Amino acid sequence: MDPSRKRKIRLVVALSAAVLLATALVVVSFSAGTSQLLPSEALAQKPDDRFELGGTVVDGSLEERGDRLEFEIQDPNGSAQIPVVYSGAVPDPFREGREVLVKGELEEGQFVGNDMTTKCPSKFTAE
Amino acid sequence: MSSADVGTAALVVGFGTALYAVGAGAYSGLTGRREWAVSARRAIYALLGLLVLAMVLLEAAYIRSDFSFELVAQNSSTDTPTFYKLTAMWSSQAGSLLLWVFLLALFSSAVLFLTRRRLRDITPYATAVLGGVAAFFLFLMLFYASPFATLANAPAEGNGLNPLLRHPAMMFHPPMLYTGYVGFTIPFAFAVGALLKRHTGPEWIRATRRFALVAWTFLGFGILLGSLWSYSELGWGGYWAWDPVENASLMPWLTGTAFIHSIMVQEKRGMLRIWNTSLIVATFMLALLGTFLVRSGILDSIHAFGESTLGKPFLVFIACALVASVALVVSRRNDLRSEARVDALLSREVFFLLNNLVLILICVVIFWGTFFPLISEALTGTEESVGPPFFNGIIAPIALVLVALSALGPLLTWRRNTWKSLRRAFVVPLVVGVAACAALAVFTTAADSLPALAMFSLAAFVLAVVLQELTRGMRARRTMTGESPPIALSRLVGRNRRRYGGYIVHVGIAVLLLGVAGSSSFHDQKDVRLAPGETVKIKDYEVTYREPTVAIEDDRSGTGAPLSFGAVLDVRKGDEHFTMRPARNYYPSQDGRMGPVGRFFGGEATSEVDLRWGLKQDLWLAIQPDLRKLKGPIRRGNDLPERFAGQAIVAVARSYVDDPPPAAFRAIVSPLVVWIWLGGGIVMAGALLALWPSPEARRRRVTSLYAARLGRELSRA
Amino acid sequence: MEVVILVAVLAALVALLVLQPLRVRAAAEPSADPRADLEAAKEAKYREIKDAELDFQMGKMSEEDWRALDAELRAQAIDILRQLDKLD
Repeated sequence: MDPSRKRKIRLVVALSAAVLLATALVVVSFSAGTSQLLPSEALAQKPDDRFELGGTVVDGSLEERGDRLEFEIQDPNGSAQIPVVYSGAVPDPFREGREVLVKGELEEGQFVGNDMTTKCPSKFTAE
Repeated sequence: MSSADVGTAALVVGFGTALYAVGAGAYSGLTGRREWAVSARRAIYALLGLLVLAMVLLEAAYIRSDFSFELVAQNSSTDTPTFYKLTAMWSSQAGSLLLWVFLLALFSSAVLFLTRRRLRDITPYATAVLGGVAAFFLFLMLFYASPFATLANAPAEGNGLNPLLRHPAMMFHPPMLYTGYVGFTIPFAFAVGALLKRHTGPEWIRATRRFALVAWTFLGFGILLGSLWSYSELGWGGYWAWDPVENASLMPWLTGTAFIHSIMVQEKRGMLRIWNTSLIVATFMLALLGTFLVRSGILDSIHAFGESTLGKPFLVFIACALVASVALVVSRRNDLRSEARVDALLSREVFFLLNNLVLILICVVIFWGTFFPLISEALTGTEESVGPPFFNGIIAPIALVLVALSALGPLLTWRRNTWKSLRRAFVVPLVVGVAACAALAVFTTAADSLPALAMFSLAAFVLAVVLQELTRGMRARRTMTGESPPIALSRLVGRNRRRYGGYIVHVGIAVLLLGVAGSSSFHDQKDVRLAPGETVKIKDYEVTYREPTVAIEDDRSGTGAPLSFGAVLDVRKGDEHFTMRPARNYYPSQDGRMGPVGRFFGGEATSEVDLRWGLKQDLWLAIQPDLRKLKGPIRRGNDLPERFAGQAIVAVARSYVDDPPPAAFRAIVSPLVVWIWLGGGIVMAGALLALWPSPEARRRRVTSLYAARLGRELSRA
Repeated sequence: MEVVILVAVLAALVALLVLQPLRVRAAAEPSADPRADLEAAKEAKYREIKDAELDFQMGKMSEEDWRALDAELRAQAIDILRQLDKLD
């Protein structure tokens, strides 16, 4: 086999591998992805499976009942609110009035969550 | 006139100076007139001077707690410890921009000084590029986020530093990262200069190789510091969360690693020139992206700086720089094509290329996963995100391939290798790897996780390869020089620092990944509520909640927290007995609505984790005290006149200790975590060795300069 | 107003440093040292020769391959030395 043909074969093999890998990546990421929804979107779409609900914790809505936290999440873009029942680890910056992302499921108008991420408030920054 | 005005003046003149450097450098490059190149270089020196002035002024304002400076009011206070006063500067957006451009001016001055007699063709353009990047950051500071903004009514007290940041590692983390990002800007600038001048040789690489390696080392160290902080300070007990900001710092490190390998191929064989230029462009763009992601808030992250106005200008700058760089590379691609061809598949060149491809693959996966929320929203309309399972699942097997390649690479030489020589070199390390695998499978529970077992065995394989390289090299030296083994070994390593430094880095990475594999595959976590006297069992530890603790104005970790609620836990492991004291620090809120006593309980709270290191495993404990029963005493304290607030707080604290409710504890046992930090240390040591200048070369250089001077002076005499 | 004066003062200082080479021309520059670039190339070539020798001694290269590579590298090194000599 002459060198230029060898090179062409190598190139084809490399490109095919790249296309295969790229396809695999796209497929895996979409199947493994969790949707992130705002309360207004969640109420409109009413998804059945787990997703991440994002919004602001409504001031004055936080209650601690035994092991669980109950609060309301407000849509930053509007007035839609969803009550949340949360049992799980609470990150340090969690506070009323701050933005949170809660992972869980929507059950009969209530969001039952067990995993949470909070954003640091704008002036306090963690690098 | 305040020092803030002087600072602003320094930035304004700095901006003009940086723009001048761009113009003068470009003019010199185009016309070849030397005096403009010298002028441009001096402009960079002047910029450094101005930025030093600015930094000094800002730090002075922090030290004297001058709250007319908006930054000082925002993240410092009179009771902030001095160390944190000095380092608070870069916890803010504007301050960190100043740090970035200061480091850029510092490194640029260094490289331009060191190359002042060389590379006459490309340094003018490189100076222009460096000036241009500096000008952008100065532009951001002047028009978007000034470090010298002042407040018309200076408050009496500042907000203080965010409690989460009051940890030494967190204070060194940004400068380390920025040194990395800035460090990669230097080879980028020289690459652009080389492209503009159609210089296809490795001179720009030789001049900037050390800067790239220093950048890589600092960036890696910064990333490691960040994960160490996350593990030992934050309340979740992990060291890597695949958070967008973490990923943003890892990506340029990965392409930087690829770069420092592939430039060796260009130096030795003149190949991969287009690849190298593209890699350094990518690394620089990712470094800018890393700087920008932290400030933009476009991706949800606990790090995001909230809504930031810097997002748009950064994005515009990166886009323009990317378009210009790609256009430049494409236009010069014919100059960059090399005649050298790959001789054989079994050669070091090919393995370096494989290493590059694997690293790029990891980088692509991380990039895709990090930006997936934006990508999925663009493609499907719904924002979706992927988490650690996605990243870990895909990257773990690729990491195994990477470690295997790092073991095979040293066994090969350039151009051609025979199967026979490879087999001979392969046998002993392979036996060691297999033996390690078998031993681990039989004597430990490592086989419960096949990926972890594979990583452990590969680490043993890498170590065996490096030890073999050392002994074979030592023996080869001895047959030539007859030196004793220790001398032969030290001379071998001393005369081949780059090679053996690199091998030590490989060992370090293998050890680090060994620690990652062990701690992720075999860790155990328990979240429990314990009342005093109750016990929880985790792995081979028995943890008993003995009694609660309260510290007032006496916070153990030195962050200045007025209140700290914690616990004393008795731990038993076999015959060992020891105590651990996790706590939670409470920082007062400025919100007056909570009442004079209540505000001490309603502000930020941070977990003060207690961690017991071990070579085999770590025990990590965190506590979240239940303060709900204190609401009554707090309310009563709020009703008292303010001057009794201090006594009321003491009374509230005492009521917690006298009748402690059950507290929530998180206990994590992670095996082999220490090896992550040890591996990192080994990597640093290897990098240091590779960077160390060799004395013979230095001596030869110095004498040649004198010889040249002698020659010149003699000819004039 | 004071800021403007300050800016002018700082700018003047910078200009003093930066424009001097343009006025004085040749004398401002550290003497061009084309030797430096060649010296760096020479060092790199020496390192390559030693690396190849080490690889051969450790058995990674056959003797025949090494002799060919060594001869090629030494010829390139001599070339650089000749260029260095020409500068003297």
